[in-house]
Amino acid sequence: MTEQDPAQAGNRPPAGKMGPEKNSWGRIEATLRGLRKEGEKGLIVYITAGDPSLPLTVQMVAELSRAGADVIELGVPFSDPLADGPTIQKASQRSLAAGTTLAKILECVDATRRLTDVPLALMTYYNPLFRYGLECFLKEAAARGVDGLIVPDLPLEAGSELLEKAGEAGIEVVLFVAPTSTEERIGATACAASGFIYCLSVTGVTGARENLPGEAAAVVRRVRRYTDKPVAIGFGISGPGPARTLSRDADAVIVGSAIIDRVEANLGDPERLLAETAGFVRRLKEAVSR
Amino acid sequence: MESGTRLPDEHGYFGIHGGQYVPETLMPALHELERAYREARKDAGFTRELNYYLTQYSGRPTPLYRAEGLASRLGLARIYLKREDLNHTGAHKINNTLGQVLLARWMGKKRVIAETGAGQHGVATATAAAIFGLECVVYMGEEDMKRQALNVFRMRVLGAEVIPVTSGSRTLKDATNEALRDWVTNVETTYYIIGSVVGPHPYPMMVRDFQSVIGHEARAQVLEAEGRLPDCLVACVGGGSNAMGLFHPFYQDADVRFIGVEAAGRGLETGLHAASLNAGERGVLHGAMSYLLQDEDGQVTPAHSISAGLDYPGVGPEHSYYKDSGRAEYVAVTDQEALEGFHLLAETEGIIPALESAHAIAFLPRLVPALPEDAVIILCLSGRGDKDVQAVAEMGGKAGTGLTGGGGNHD
Repeated sequence: MTEQDPAQAGNRPPAGKMGPEKNSWGRIEATLRGLRKEGEKGLIVYITAGDPSLPLTVQMVAELSRAGADVIELGVPFSDPLADGPTIQKASQRSLAAGTTLAKILECVDATRRLTDVPLALMTYYNPLFRYGLECFLKEAAARGVDGLIVPDLPLEAGSELLEKAGEAGIEVVLFVAPTSTEERIGATACAASGFIYCLSVTGVTGARENLPGEAAAVVRRVRRYTDKPVAIGFGISGPGPARTLSRDADAVIVGSAIIDRVEANLGDPERLLAETAGFVRRLKEAVSR
Repeated sequence: MESGTRLPDEHGYFGIHGGQYVPETLMPALHELERAYREARKDAGFTRELNYYLTQYSGRPTPLYRAEGLASRLGLARIYLKREDLNHTGAHKINNTLGQVLLARWMGKKRVIAETGAGQHGVATATAAAIFGLECVVYMGEEDMKRQALNVFRMRVLGAEVIPVTSGSRTLKDATNEALRDWVTNVETTYYIIGSVVGPHPYPMMVRDFQSVIGHEARAQVLEAEGRLPDCLVACVGGGSNAMGLFHPFYQDADVRFIGVEAAGRGLETGLHAASLNAGERGVLHGAMSYLLQDEDGQVTPAHSISAGLDYPGVGPEHSYYKDSGRAEYVAVTDQEALEGFHLLAETEGIIPALESAHAIAFLPRLVPALPEDAVIILCLSGRGDKDVQAVAEMGGKAGTGLTGGGGNHD
């Protein structure tokens, strides 16, 4: 594969109007490739949609993007988030208690798109998606400006139908590679994924950790052997220090639970919540940029 | 031991149900598990050792007991109880945990984890782990720990660590989430012993195979006793392991009806039940596609049943396949009916059934009138009721809504 010119990619209009062959990268992949070409590292930020409310989520997306998030993952809350640790479990519960649904999140994306064109991925367990109806969901998501989809309980094999239909709808599907993944699986996953390859720094669930294993980035190097697609690493990144360390090997780092910790600490004060999370994102972005 | 269907297919599907909907981290572990399982099943030494523990340790074969008192109360000649309650630890669960613990050893794993609802699977896991000195951790919903305090104590006596689960509805579904989170974290050192025919492939197949000892024995025993196959098989269905273990070896016997009895809780119309097959919709929970209790947004809704072992919003994918294909019928009985079944068996046979098994008993008064007089029924008495006696005493005392006369309407 050869590098295409990503210069025009950063500020393209919302998804749904993917060009022909030449511009066939989605906005997430184009953004991360653009950063790589400039010698920069990307910051991907996760927040749970609707925690504590969808109107605040819309504001957060705009603020966090201004603060330096290159891609934003919007988590769809699920009753049984088996890949998540306590922080995101609680965020999902708060969001569900506030009445968040996938349909309302799609409306929220509409509102978000009036404020920012930051690439957006929805991160959702498979059941809400399945229940909504894959084709119906993909069509609406693309129309409203969702760029990508991350489904933690849908590995390559079970995801074949989604991969095919999402491709047709112009939605990127990010796939995971774990420290336990075999070479064969890494090759196949790297080939099928779009947007970026989501490398896990550890075996386990989401949640900020004080220490990450020294070989955390080894998985990134393994993936590189199979693809020149952007490779991001996440799970357990607690702040600027580990973000910086992991960004040496990866094209981007993904931070989720550490952001949610700052949401949780400021639930009663939306202004402070926005300021604290944006400040944290700014420090993360600086750390990966140096 | 091969019998029944050729399913699941190579990707772990029973028709459209089943599969592997798990984080990538677990996929290599599931493939390794499937390879190890297929090797072990072909290994004469593994089979010999499993059979040894099933017979000399758990007490198999369990009797196929002709329940004449129950039959005469219901007006039918021949009802047989497959006495899984007579297994060591008091339920069918040990058939599976002995098999999986032997497999864990075969794979060189030193730590096993399990989820448990009523505590029967937790006890059976702790028991099997104790035989071989494996470290054992059991996840149990805080709510269930209260309901089944005796089983919590038993597990601890057996050397297991019981971890209370405080997320979600604090029952079996949440304990399963937590066990999966442990497994995804410690996958390289840990073997996850799932307690029912649920979860990602190969678990539904593997647990079915280990539990099929129930049906293989019952089939030989009924042929010996009656010289013919039964008309109906009846078993309770939560995740569905005792039912699948009984049904599966009769799969090719097309004239044998399969009847699975789900928990209707306070009534299907109230929404407070655990009847995934009767009232659920297709969806994905705990790694498999199957029928599932969920709301219109795809959020899993809590199950309700008087029986902690049936209190689960999902069901094994092979049962969902049986439902779709029409091979099995699935019915549901309420908490109230289950209590009546509990008393009915105690009064007529001197056997106190587990509340789970009481659901199967409770369906008999509805089933029997529709059968010819010479019909033969085999009912899986999956567990004994000692663990439930206190809870039933409290409910009976509290409610006083005619439950104390249990079975009185069934003449």
